[in-house]
Amino acid sequence: MSILIGRSTRLVVQGITGREGEFHSRAMLEYGTQLVAGVTPGKGGQTALDGKVPVFNTVREAVYQTGANTSCIFVPAGGAPDAVLEAVAAGIKTIFCITEGIPALDMIPVVEEVRLAGARLIGPNCPGATSPGTAKVGIIPGSIHRQGSVGVVSRSGTLTYEAVQAMTDAGLGQSTCVGIGGDPVIGSQHIDILKLFAADPDTEALVLIGEIGGTAEEEAAAWAAEHMANVPKVAFIAGRTAPEGKRMGHAGAIISGGKGTAASKVSALEAAGFRVANSPTELPRLLREAGFRR
Amino acid sequence: MKIHEADAKSLLVAQGLPVPPWEVARTPSQARAAAVKYLADPANATGKVVIKAQVLVGGRGKAGGVRLASTADEAEDVAAAILALEIKGLPVRRVLVGPAAEIVKEYYLSVLLDRATKRLMFIGSAEGGVEIEQTAVTNPGAIVYEHADPLLGLPDYAARELAFKIGFGAHWKAGAAIAKGLLRTMVANDADLVEINPLAVIRETRADGTPVERLVCLDAKITLDDSALLRHPGHEELRDMDAEDPTDVEARRYDLTFIKLEGDIGCMVNGAGLAMTTMDLVNRAGGQPANFLDIGGGAKADRVAAAMRLILDDPNVKAILVNIFGGITRGDEVAKGLIEARAQQVRDVPMVVRIVGTNAAEAAELLEAAHFVTAASLDEAAAKAVAAAKGAAA
Repeated sequence: MSILIGRSTRLVVQGITGREGEFHSRAMLEYGTQLVAGVTPGKGGQTALDGKVPVFNTVREAVYQTGANTSCIFVPAGGAPDAVLEAVAAGIKTIFCITEGIPALDMIPVVEEVRLAGARLIGPNCPGATSPGTAKVGIIPGSIHRQGSVGVVSRSGTLTYEAVQAMTDAGLGQSTCVGIGGDPVIGSQHIDILKLFAADPDTEALVLIGEIGGTAEEEAAAWAAEHMANVPKVAFIAGRTAPEGKRMGHAGAIISGGKGTAASKVSALEAAGFRVANSPTELPRLLREAGFRR
Repeated sequence: MKIHEADAKSLLVAQGLPVPPWEVARTPSQARAAAVKYLADPANATGKVVIKAQVLVGGRGKAGGVRLASTADEAEDVAAAILALEIKGLPVRRVLVGPAAEIVKEYYLSVLLDRATKRLMFIGSAEGGVEIEQTAVTNPGAIVYEHADPLLGLPDYAARELAFKIGFGAHWKAGAAIAKGLLRTMVANDADLVEINPLAVIRETRADGTPVERLVCLDAKITLDDSALLRHPGHEELRDMDAEDPTDVEARRYDLTFIKLEGDIGCMVNGAGLAMTTMDLVNRAGGQPANFLDIGGGAKADRVAAAMRLILDDPNVKAILVNIFGGITRGDEVAKGLIEARAQQVRDVPMVVRIVGTNAAEAAELLEAAHFVTAASLDEAAAKAVAAAKGAAA
């Protein structure tokens, strides 16, 4: 078992014929993901990835013809919010939006529509997710994973890879790794993913990776303290040395008015029973110290 | 992106919001001409003008950047003095000149993006004129919070509710209209923040000499969403180049995210989270990062070379740490860029390179042939870079 994606995932890629879309779709297919359809308006009837994947004009048609239940979006920033709405309208319940650089205000009505439809959006500006051994959706390199029972949730891309690689090198496999995205308005926060991990019988430990800005890590910590008290938990927070008032690359990574500091997040996590690492490479050792024995 | 008060006020006026008149002056004589006009205006109840420095830092008033004048001569002198100021390192190139308001009461009203609820949020208070962060500490009960509907925005009834909650008294209609106007300004310009402090009831003089009060936006602060600048081509002109480091401009040209810091170890990383982590680990190893630099996903050799030039432009840099976790980014492309950049390099600075992930083996081969110092783990790379910087300093 795993969360969000797995054996029953039937994936449609929106923007499959674009440069990024095609490159990563190939990697998803090679990983073993059931990639059943692609969507590019105007290219319906063609195929992508050397004839392996049929391309449709609309998500609705792709769902009707292939039974797709999950979407991955590589559409450029100008069209990505609309692509999410299209997936929602077609009845897709799990949507990953990889696209970065979407204006924040564009996402406000979109996340509301996702909520009203009872769907789940991961991203935008996220690397996607991998359930090692069964499915990978997005751009995370498949090679860094190992199958296991540690759930990983992170706001970042390459920092997630760093942490996952450290776990894999130490022999600690993962149930699912999720990158939720670094934008100010994202579909799912750390806490939403924690709720899924808590309900997943195959996730026995938790790695939470956060960064400065906002209060999502603090909220997740408070929830975990109450609902995941007996789960071994470790965390890493990036940006301890970031100056106040500067946007550190991610649109959401900013300390303002003394809020969103690494120190505040670290102390909230420690108070909630997380062991907080000083470097991503310490995570495996801390997880064993927390009682994880796999 | 932050913009000047005068430009923010123009965006408010474009949405029909009440803002007292003003002019922007670049010279003392322009300021004098504007002052002459406002001093002679019969509506001006104080008979004075206010002259405000246009700089993108807080604390203008304390630095002497906001002053009053009663005559045209005085206005010219004051403008000359303010235009000669440097406030927190920024030169004052423009001043705003307007009638000095007779303030009856000051309020606070802003709209901002509330990440936790994924909605726009109004913050209002009947205690304006002071920083809202200060009110939040001294009198949190005096602050009103209200979210805009994600689909409907701020319907009339919600604007009225907000106005009555803040307590605009007789000016509740104007307050509700201004709240709606601030939201329009936010959406029309893709702003992150629209803040009016103070939003003030001011007293003016009618043509017949009797006083009249109205609610107006006396000051304005707007920050724009960088991700949306492309669809507002006019906004690029509002950028204050004085507030920008020249390296910021160069970085934007190559689609790099660069933030200059105080230390001596230049960092080049792919991914914002990993770039912050790299800074943290340099710090933990006893060094100080000279910059935050995210070369982004899929960087090619030319972007890597540009990033290297940016780092080396900082004379404080004594060592460079390159940390790449290849995903979309191919390690061998980065290695080629580094080799090319070093060939053009005018200054010899020790460099520690760590490349893992996609095409890391090819990258390692290239780097070895070119005699680069490499590291396997992030912690090791940070330690080596700190040692190299200390060696260079000694």
